[in-house]
Parts: sequence; C-alpha cells; structure tokens
Amino acid sequence: MSSKKNGKVVSYNKWGYIFLAPFVIVYLVFQLIPLISTIWNSFFENYRSGLTQIGPRFIGLENYITLFKNGDLLTYAKNTMIMWVLGFVPQIIVSLVLGAWFSDTRLKLKCSSFFKTVIYLPNLIMASAFAMLFFTLFANTGPINSILVQTGILKEAYSFLDHTGSARFLVAFMNFLMWFGNTTILLMAGMMGIDPSLFEAAEVDGATSTQVFFKITLPLLRPILVYVLITSLIGGLQMFDVPQILTNGTGDPMRSTMTLIMYLNKHLYSKNYGMAGALSVILFIITAILSFIVFRISTRKD
Amino acid sequence: MKKKVLCALLSATMVAGMMAGCGGSNETPSSAAPAASSQAPAASSAESQAAPAEAEGTVLNIACWNEEFKSRLEDHYPGYEKIDGTTGKIGDVTVKFNITPSDDNAYQNKLDTDLLNQASAAADDKIDLFLVEADYALKYVDTDYAMKLSDLGISDADLADQYTYTQDIVKDSSGALKGSSWQACSAGLIYNREIAKAVLGSDDPDAVQAAVADWAKYTETAAKVQAAGYKMCSVNDTYRVYSNNVSGKWVQDGKIVVDANMKKWVDDSKALVDSKAETTDDLWGDDWAKGKDGNVFCYFGPAWFFNFCLDADREGSVANAGGWGYCVGPQSFYWGGTWICAATGTDNASLVKDIILTMTTDKAVLKEIATKDADCVNSKSVLADLAGSADGNLALLGGQNPYKQLADGAEKVDLSNLSAYDQACNEEFQNAMGNYFKGNGDYDAALEQFYKAVIEKHPELSK
Repeated sequence: MSSKKNGKVVSYNKWGYIFLAPFVIVYLVFQLIPLISTIWNSFFENYRSGLTQIGPRFIGLENYITLFKNGDLLTYAKNTMIMWVLGFVPQIIVSLVLGAWFSDTRLKLKCSSFFKTVIYLPNLIMASAFAMLFFTLFANTGPINSILVQTGILKEAYSFLDHTGSARFLVAFMNFLMWFGNTTILLMAGMMGIDPSLFEAAEVDGATSTQVFFKITLPLLRPILVYVLITSLIGGLQMFDVPQILTNGTGDPMRSTMTLIMYLNKHLYSKNYGMAGALSVILFIITAILSFIVFRISTRKD
Repeated sequence: MKKKVLCALLSATMVAGMMAGCGGSNETPSSAAPAASSQAPAASSAESQAAPAEAEGTVLNIACWNEEFKSRLEDHYPGYEKIDGTTGKIGDVTVKFNITPSDDNAYQNKLDTDLLNQASAAADDKIDLFLVEADYALKYVDTDYAMKLSDLGISDADLADQYTYTQDIVKDSSGALKGSSWQACSAGLIYNREIAKAVLGSDDPDAVQAAVADWAKYTETAAKVQAAGYKMCSVNDTYRVYSNNVSGKWVQDGKIVVDANMKKWVDDSKALVDSKAETTDDLWGDDWAKGKDGNVFCYFGPAWFFNFCLDADREGSVANAGGWGYCVGPQSFYWGGTWICAATGTDNASLVKDIILTMTTDKAVLKEIATKDADCVNSKSVLADLAGSADGNLALLGGQNPYKQLADGAEKVDLSNLSAYDQACNEEFQNAMGNYFKGNGDYDAALEQFYKAVIEKHPELSK
C-alpha cells in the first residue's frame, strides 16, 4: 500500500517536470543560448562590409578595449541616465500623489477606475507611434510652434529637436507620460496592502494627511518603491524606441540623445556582432548587478 | 486514476501546442527541401549561361523597393500579364516582385541575405533581377553577385544610345558593365517663377540661369531672395550638386577623405544658414515640403522630382498653377535613378536579357515611358526628339520644355569619383554637418561625429 503511494508521488513529480518543460525549453532556446552566444561573439572580429564577410576572427578583449578607449560608451551612458532621471523624478512624484489619492478611502474619489484606466492608456500606445506623434507636434512648422508663435510667446519657431536640453526633455517627457500610469498602479497596490488600522489609528490620534503620507505610507511602501526604482532603472538603461524614432536614429543634436541601445543598434548596420556583443555584455553586467540588488532587498524583507 | 488521465491530457495538450508552434515554422523548409532537390538539376544546367531557352526556370524573381519598376513592366513590356499586386506572367514564366521598402536599409538587408544564399536557394527562389540605386550600386556591382551584361549577350552596341554616366555607375572595378537603366536623372535648379519675377525681375530660364550660374552668383541671388522675405532652399537641397562635383572619392586607401568641394558646401551653406537665406530642413520632411506651396525660391532635382515630388495634383501648390521654371543651375549633377542588374545564378537568363534590352534600350518603349510616365529616359535620341517637340512641354513648368537642358546636363555628369561607401558617407556627412549649421557644435566636432558614424557602419575604415 505504502509503496504504491510512493509510486504515485514519483509519477506526480514527473508531471511537474513536464509542466515545467515548456518554460525551460523556451528559456533555453530564446534566452540562455542567445546569452551565451552573445558573450562568445564579443571576443570575435565579425562584421560585414557590403557583401563581404570579415571574420569571424578571435581577437580576445579587443572589442571591449575599443569600446572603453573611444570614450563613447561613457557619453551614451550619461545621456541615457540624464534622460532617465529627467523622466523618473516627475514620474515617481506624480505616481505617489495619484496613488495616495486613489487609495485614500477618506477622499471617496468618484470614477476612480475610469481615471485609473485613463492614466494607464499612454502605455498601451506603441512607443514608436507616440514618438512619431511628438515628432509632428514639435516640428518647426508643427502645431506647438504655431500656437507659441501666434500667441506671441515666441517670436519665431523654436526647433525643439535641435537643442540638447529640449530634445532630452521631450524624450524624458514621453517616457514619463508612458510610464507614470504603470508606476501608479504598482504603488497603489503597495499602498492598499498597508494595514488600514494604521491609518485609522493615525486619524484617531489627529494626524494630518500629510503626516500620514510621510510617516506611515512612505516608510511602509519602501520595498515597493525600491522595486519600482530598480525596474525603472533597468528599463531606462534599455531606452531605445522613443529617442530612436524621435531623432530618426541619429541621436542628434550632436548625439546628445543617443542612448546605449541606440549605439548598439548602430553596430547592427554592418552586422558587427563582435562590437555589438561586447556592448551587450557590458549592459548585461550592469543590469545583472542591479537585479541582484533588487533580489537582495526583496529577500531580506521576508 | 481520473486525475492521472486529466493530467496526461492536459500536459499532452500543452506539449502538443508547443510542438505545433514549432512545427509551423519548420514545415516550410521541410516541404521546400524536396522541391529544392528536384529542381537542383535544372538550376545547375541554367548556371551554364549558354543553356538554351527551354531549360529555363518557371519563376522570375525581381527584388525591388517600390512599385515603380513593376508598373513600368506592366505598362510597357510586351506580353506582360498582371495577375495580382506582386505577381505577373510573361509567357509561361511567373514574375514575382519581392518588394522591400528601402527605409532603414531594409531593402539592402533583404537583398544581401538573398544574394548570399543565392547559391543554395531553390531555382524558383533565386533572385533573377534586382534593382539598385546609384548611392550603393558599387556595393553590388563590384562583386560576383551581379552578372556582366556581356555574359548575358548584351553588347556595348546595344547600349550605345544611353548616356555614358548611367553606365559608369554600374561598372565594376575592372570596367565590366553590370547593369542598365531606363532613366537619365540629370538634374538642375527648379525655381519659383513668381519669386524669380519679384526678386530678379524676370522668370525667363536664361535670365535665372545667369543669376545662379556659379556659386558666387548663387550666393548673391540668395541674399536678394532673403531680403525679399523668402528662403532660397534647404542646405540639403544643394548637397548633391556639390557632392557630384568632387575631385576624389570618399574613401581612398581605407581612409575617409573629405573633399575640398564638400568643405566648400559646408562653408557656403553655413554662411547662407547664418544669414537665414537657407534652411536646414531635412529632405522629404514636413517643414521642407511646405516650400511647394510657395515660400522657397528653388528646389534642386531631376525630371522625376518635378513630376512626382512637387504635388502638381494638389490644388494650391505652386506646381498646380504651373508656377515652376527649370534651369541648369550652378553645376551639373544627377540625382537618383534605378538600375537593373542581373543576379548571378539566375535560371532565366534569356528573359532577363530581354527585359533589360526592352526596358532600357528599345526606343519605342522608352518614348512611351517618357510621354506616359514623364520619366527622363536614358536615350539620347528620344530626349532629342522630346526637346524639339511639344510633347516635352510641361504644364507644371508653365509650359517650358526642359528636355534640352536635361539632355545637356546628362552629357556633363561626371561620375569617376563614386565609391562603394557613398551612401553611408553622404547620409552621415549631411547629418553631422546639420549639427554644425544649427550651431550645436563647431566644424571639428561635427567632422568627428561624421567619422564616428561612418566607421560604425564600415568598421574597416579609418579617418
């Protein structure tokens, strides 16, 4: 009897593996193997010039040395980070405020689910379509410039995409618009997970809503905040579609809106798997470190 | 027990679903494989070019980036039957157009892949004809992937009526001709007659030509145009006029060289931008296109430009009112054009030969193309005909007949300084210098960015 039961357990285990198999196979084929081949590729000189294939020839760390030597990597990493910070700061502030409002039972906001949907909507639009829209809106002869000139605010059209500050601001603004809804939902989930009795106790003690927010909500929200910060940072490192479409892939003015992934994309023109691989590996290491931090923080909580 | 059956069923569906997903993509090659092996003998016999017509394949694959060549074949190739949007039939042979837009280099990427796989592709999948543009023609022509026209049986005598420059573009480094075009895209200056009258006092092509006969005069005129409240054009409009008249190639011995004439473009343009006579608008952009309604003095372009890019069909445009004029401008140049190349390994050699001959040398066909589609065709005698007849008068040019100037221009175009890197260099040079014109960086920084961008595209080069 007992041996029969054991057999059953073993056979159930087998089903467990079978159910896991799809994930593992997909992971192996689409994640692990490409990852390893990227690292492998980064040690080779391997590109195509016209129709002539150059390499693959093993050159050790030369791709990495070139990348660090010409200094572009740091510039583009800096660009990426500036645009990420410009977008993330307003994003987290607005999300916190909105999240606090939506989850505050005392406010009794009407149609809150309607507004939750609306603020999430920009995220559903394709980034490229969104970028095209902004490109047209902020063109020299576009509607924004027409309004500014006709109302007399500006004397002549300001070319937004030809100035470092405004171009970076536009990229950041679009990222903010696209992602603040998502962040709001995440933070709201965190806020609703806080024990309501804490808020009630604070209310009984006569705390103002500002005090409740800073003394109760924020501290208890910290793990979610860190999660949001790190995932957004990783997402920010991979910023590509918005600046790529907005600047037509040039990263102008003077490559000041060129992000790391746009730089990676440049190497794919010549099918330069070596350099692109090396760049990917560097990005992978940075992202891995960031993920590790998230992992440490989330496990420490338990 | 029931649970076990359910489990088995569930997991079976799951795995089956996965396999089905994978199977879908696998199916095509596996079903294509036997076809490939059965076709192999046919392909190898076709490879010996002298093979008789009956041994030829049943599918003619044409790689191109837009509908242009398709509509030319449909309209002008005798015996061509249209089946649907991308297929047709010539006799027993199915003609397949593989259209990939050239945006973001997609056309070349696709063509590269196809040509690199040409040897192993099934006979019916092999590219037979492909089209190229001048900026990257050498990339294909200077390899063995494009066939010599002489190997197809096309002699120099067949092509004698063509303009020399159209042949220079598609000659490989040993001088063998590997393509042919039905267009001669010599270009000039297209001016707004109304502005010309207001600024220069006359809209006569000769008078305007005198005012823009060289770059010094052009600059003087630009100042007058600016003073009258108009813009001359965009710096990117004049780019090709300078870049066609350089004294050396972009790349010499693996080094990127900025020609003196390119530096002159930068200096001239910077001055004109600073005095607000020229804009820095990107070609084809919204800001640039607004000039078609009347605030810019001129555009630079060939016949296809004034026929297709000036919005003559749109009411309110300058072209609609016949308000443009045409003159040669400061220097002769050419812009664009499409060349037909035969792909090595084609299994339809005699049909390919006939298409090239009919579409690019048959005078009746070329005359038809010129009058029906308003292309400036690659035939000295047809252009001479047009220049002398009312057929060549164009309404959008206010009835002017530009063919004399176009033909003269085509004779003067000199293309000895083409290189396989032209596309990358031209694009990146305009991009990088745009930053300098707009004041985002100085000349040296812009130049640095140009080198950087070209080396990214062609890692084997250095500055």
